[in-house]
Amino acid sequence: MAATYSIAVIGDWESVMGFRALGLDTYPVTSVEEARKTVHDLAKTDCAVIYLTETLAKDMADVLDRYKDNIQPAIILIPGREGSLGIGKSNIQSAIERAVGADIL
Amino acid sequence: MANITVSPTRMELTRLKGKLKTAQRGHKLLKDKRDELMKQFLDTVREVRSLRAEVEEDLMRVHKSFTVASALMSSEALEQALLYPKQSVELTRTTQNIMSVNVPVYDFQTKTKSDSDIYPYGFAATSGELDDAVEALGLVFRKMLKLAQIEKSAQLMAEEIEKTRRRVNALEYVMIPNTQEAIRYITMKLDENDRSTTTRLMKVKDMLLKDAIEAKRAENARAMEAFSKSGGAAAET
Repeated sequence: MAATYSIAVIGDWESVMGFRALGLDTYPVTSVEEARKTVHDLAKTDCAVIYLTETLAKDMADVLDRYKDNIQPAIILIPGREGSLGIGKSNIQSAIERAVGADIL
Repeated sequence: MANITVSPTRMELTRLKGKLKTAQRGHKLLKDKRDELMKQFLDTVREVRSLRAEVEEDLMRVHKSFTVASALMSSEALEQALLYPKQSVELTRTTQNIMSVNVPVYDFQTKTKSDSDIYPYGFAATSGELDDAVEALGLVFRKMLKLAQIEKSAQLMAEEIEKTRRRVNALEYVMIPNTQEAIRYITMKLDENDRSTTTRLMKVKDMLLKDAIEAKRAENARAMEAFSKSGGAAAET
């Protein structure tokens, strides 16, 4: 159970370069297609957490839904360089709606 | 009767009664599970919201300092400085079971022991702003990992709650009423059968009685005739 996993960061070069200094696996991508492919590839490896910039994530809802119910990988949205787009927050909202059946908070 | 066909037999009735009991028991258990999951879920979600807001704010600050750093250095120099990481992170994942939902628990070890020893470059060729940026990112990373853990937990729990909710509703509004309906139908049918059997038996008894009376009467008549004949013969002699 206690095997070691890797952490990936996917985003444009400027947003992910800092994470490289921390020793995370960074995957600078330039297009949504590339990001989509990278996520699918990473999901097959022992990658437990994928940080994805919101800029890319806004066009990849299908990929996010695909891995939402799997324990691995956990795809977590982070704001890219351009600032937060609020997708991460609205995803929490949709999780609540899914669970409760109504928006209660 | 919601178009289910059941054969009105005693065996079917016993089976349905058992089924109803199981369904009601399952319904109660699932309802309890749903309520408890919901409680845990809402706690988690509250935590996720505050942590996410915190992380997003911190990350924006980090991005800002990286922007400043990249303005002060050429992009080649920056890329070179960060190209080969000194630090590496080993993530271990264990799972925790919250109401039958397996949620991940992340734990990580860094290769270098000290937090101040993470800079993968010499200080001479880089600007001080880059140091600040990397340090700030190192701090926010812990929060990010925590966020990953609880956000994933929230997603997994949301899925489980949805499933449980559907099961509870299916039991409450479909399974249990249908079974009750079927039981009522069988009981009524069996009672009806009982009554019709009773009436039939009474009828049969009536008919038998009538036959018996007629046979008796005929016998009596024959006996009377025989008697009067023999009586007449005796009087003649």
